[in-house]
Amino acid sequence: MASQSSSPSLFFRLHIDLTLLMGLIALIAIGQVILYSASGESMALMQRQSIRLGIALIAMLLIAQISPDTMRRWSPIIFIIGIIMLIAVLLVGTKVLGAQRWLDLGLFRFQPSEMMKLSVPMMLAWFLSSGNIPPRNKHLIIALAILLVPVLLIAKQPDLGTSLLVTSAGLFVIFMAGVSWRLIFGFIFAGIAFTIPMWLFLMRDYQRQRVLTMLNPESDPLGSGYHIIQSKIAIGSGGSFGKGWLNGTQSHLEFLPERHTDFIFSVFAEEFGFSGILILLSLYLFVIFRGIYITTQAHGTFSRLLGASIVLTFLIYIFVNIGMVSGILPVVGVPLPLVSYGGTSIVTLMAGFGILMSIHTHRKLLAH
Amino acid sequence: MAQKQHLKDHFIEQQIFHNRSITAIFFTLILFSMLIFRLFFLQINSHEHFTTLSQNNRVSVQAIPPTRGLIYDRNGIILAENLPSYTLQIIPEQAADIETLLEKLSLLITLRDIDIKKFKKEVRRKRRFEGIPLRFRLTDEEVAIVSVNLHRLPGVEIKAQLSRFYPYGKETAHVVGYVGRINEKELKKLPVTNYSGTNHTGKLGVEKSYEALLHGQVGYQKVETNVRGRVLRVLERSNPIPGNDLYLNLDINLQKVAIEAFENKHGALVAINPENGQVLAMVSMPDYDANLFVNGIDSKTYKALNTSWERPLFNRTIMGSYPPGSTTKPFFALAGLELNVIQLDHEIFCPGFYRLKGKAHKYRDWKKWGHGKTDITKSIVQSCDVFYYDLAFQMGINKMHKFMTHFGFGKKSGIDILGERSGLMPSKEWKKRVRKQVWFPGETVIAGIGQGYVLVTPIQLALGTATLANGGQHFQPQLVSSIQRKADPFPRRVSPQVIRNVPILRKENWQEVHHAMTEVIHGARGTARRLNKPDLRYKIAGKTGTAQVFSVAQDATYKEDELEERLKDHALFMSFAPADNPKIAIAVVVENGGHGGSVAAPIAGKVIEAYLSQFSDEQLKQPVKKETREKPAKKQRTPVNVESDNTAAILHEEHKHG
Repeated sequence: MASQSSSPSLFFRLHIDLTLLMGLIALIAIGQVILYSASGESMALMQRQSIRLGIALIAMLLIAQISPDTMRRWSPIIFIIGIIMLIAVLLVGTKVLGAQRWLDLGLFRFQPSEMMKLSVPMMLAWFLSSGNIPPRNKHLIIALAILLVPVLLIAKQPDLGTSLLVTSAGLFVIFMAGVSWRLIFGFIFAGIAFTIPMWLFLMRDYQRQRVLTMLNPESDPLGSGYHIIQSKIAIGSGGSFGKGWLNGTQSHLEFLPERHTDFIFSVFAEEFGFSGILILLSLYLFVIFRGIYITTQAHGTFSRLLGASIVLTFLIYIFVNIGMVSGILPVVGVPLPLVSYGGTSIVTLMAGFGILMSIHTHRKLLAH
Repeated sequence: MAQKQHLKDHFIEQQIFHNRSITAIFFTLILFSMLIFRLFFLQINSHEHFTTLSQNNRVSVQAIPPTRGLIYDRNGIILAENLPSYTLQIIPEQAADIETLLEKLSLLITLRDIDIKKFKKEVRRKRRFEGIPLRFRLTDEEVAIVSVNLHRLPGVEIKAQLSRFYPYGKETAHVVGYVGRINEKELKKLPVTNYSGTNHTGKLGVEKSYEALLHGQVGYQKVETNVRGRVLRVLERSNPIPGNDLYLNLDINLQKVAIEAFENKHGALVAINPENGQVLAMVSMPDYDANLFVNGIDSKTYKALNTSWERPLFNRTIMGSYPPGSTTKPFFALAGLELNVIQLDHEIFCPGFYRLKGKAHKYRDWKKWGHGKTDITKSIVQSCDVFYYDLAFQMGINKMHKFMTHFGFGKKSGIDILGERSGLMPSKEWKKRVRKQVWFPGETVIAGIGQGYVLVTPIQLALGTATLANGGQHFQPQLVSSIQRKADPFPRRVSPQVIRNVPILRKENWQEVHHAMTEVIHGARGTARRLNKPDLRYKIAGKTGTAQVFSVAQDATYKEDELEERLKDHALFMSFAPADNPKIAIAVVVENGGHGGSVAAPIAGKVIEAYLSQFSDEQLKQPVKKETREKPAKKQRTPVNVESDNTAAILHEEHKHG
């Protein structure tokens, strides 16, 4: 790698990982192309997204300048501030579309749950890296408690997508810290063992029905199933090579709901087909593998745990979003990373990649 | 201690982390494989299925109604046309609340109860996102008012459409009929696809009986719609095939002359061209305006029309059954001659009554003191009843029935509009079958003067007259003369249909009857001699008739002062002219008109005069061109050539296209 040579490149000195950056820019470029189509060729919307992308890129570059060590030291404080803000949201937050997620800070509105996507793995990485690896059971219980507090606060907003992502970010930290497979499978079995009697004895019919509809939306074609049915039609009718850019009938004729946010993948699949999807997924895979590579090269437990969590959360983003729009996962509001329209999520994502770049480019200083 | 442990763990940590990273890579690959499998299944395996669903989503097929064929009279004067009109329709899915919308609309334009009722009925049967008409034929002012307020009226749209209009709505209501909005009963019978864009169908007259030809073929357009059903663009269009134009044999000017001649009297007139059975005029009085029915008549007007004792909606020409009275005399005279019951020199003495042997009952002649010595000519000219009492008794009812059937009495004439009644020419079998009684000789006697059970419709009487005039060719009366398909350069003629040829024993017999009928007008003592004018270029043959009314009792409600009027006899007249070269045969019935010669005959005279005025002297004298008589049409028709194509064949063809 050029970046590892004795005389570090300009990019390395600017704390930029060029390989990762190129992957991200390629994804963002594809995202902009498809967003243009999905938004109904709205230039206003493109402009707003471009501004956000600009902010997100700057945030990434700024965060890359901060050394992982500094981050580690600030982790508990950031976490506590985050928890306070989550509580504040529940008390004085602004309601948008039935969910109370926003804090009005006068100048701009802020979504504290977004911040927790990074703050929770940082906190857990801080906590676990300061103890034994693999963590003892006592530490594990504390770690789970640290995770549970913000997840419950976010789920109460309610924001199922974000709490899912925060949970997986936290769990990935714990997983990377080396929890024994016995414990992992033990938890999984315990979960199943808990679910079955609850399903059989505790839940009422309407509750079961609600869960079943969430798992199989097609059973309710006019209600919650409508989105998924239209999305599957969009994806399936795309075929091998798609209907062509700007030619997606499902999206342009407005059959597809949420087409520039959560369901943007369906627009892409309809217009560019299976071949387009393979290219998009390859790019995602490229970014993920580059991320994993960076974490394996990372120095320090905190960096490794945090870096791996960020990369694997990115993976969960992709899997949940595509799984959801293609009908194998229930509908939870998770955007397609770097492609979906939406401000806060893209800034958080890029900030995460900023952390990865920081981990990668601050290595030497720690190593020698 | 802590430092030591930290160093010790460093190696284990590295290893754990290494293992977990490999697990993470596998984890990533597994999740990605799942996604790729799923997307492969959707996009490659199920591609066709989803493509179909996607097509169904966005493409909807809309029907384009064909333009209804026009109807012309024999001279090309338009009788039924399509005028552009504005229709207000509502797409219920786009209207927030139908009731408030209707309320708002009723403040802007007049909405009759029937409009709202029909609209609500149709809301239930139409497909989603289809406009349902509420008001037809908006005035320019109404269009302007609604257009200005359109933004406050979601779901309302104004559509330019063609609407049926009858320039001679009153004159032709009983012939051309009218179209009206399709009702539920018709909906079940009409071909669904072909009528998917059509709101109206023929309800009466030619409009109804030629519906299949007039309607045309529906066109369609495939349109791309968005999720709210709004049309974004037309993908494919197949133009509708307009309906066929029809040319009638009817002469609207002649029709107007006839209506004028009726003044305010009630009755019917049918004029037929005896050379081919073409119907030249067909009048049923009183009449009404057919245009009232096109876009839904309001219940008050309809009730007034329907319950009026004058029965304007009743088409007397084909539905009115009248005792023919003395107008049957020429037929029975001919029957006696042709059946060899009497000879040309037959003569009776008329004492003013007739009595069956051994019976005391006297059958009276209209002339109390009798006609004295009466031969065939005198019996017709002066309308001697006794002559025919005797003749009928000699012939017997079955022979009379059989002979009269040759002329179309007692059967539907087969005219090309619906609703015809068959009249009645009784026989012994008929009475046994229907009345379950034996035939009495006295009933034969009164049948001889066209009374008793005998009933005819004006179309039958006109047709019988035409058959008598042309020497025994019994045609099927035809209203439609030719059919113009839009694709064809020329209209196809509907060829005359001979139902049967009356067998002829001796031509002299026919001439004798013709002569006698001519004397009715031109003889010094003829019952219709008032038609004889010195400047006539031709001679008229005819026979008057007066029929007793016995249907009054059936009518429950009538005013006292109307009673006398309504008890009066019906006046009848049958006639053809010119007598030696018939070009028009005519039957007139004037209800409660009194005597045929004074009331019915003048009406016929005016129509004959108007019709024959178009012919030159030479044309009037020109003998009937056909030397040989046409053969009657067989039931099972051999393939017809295009020129002599007939309605049935074209109808058949139309159905194949559909």
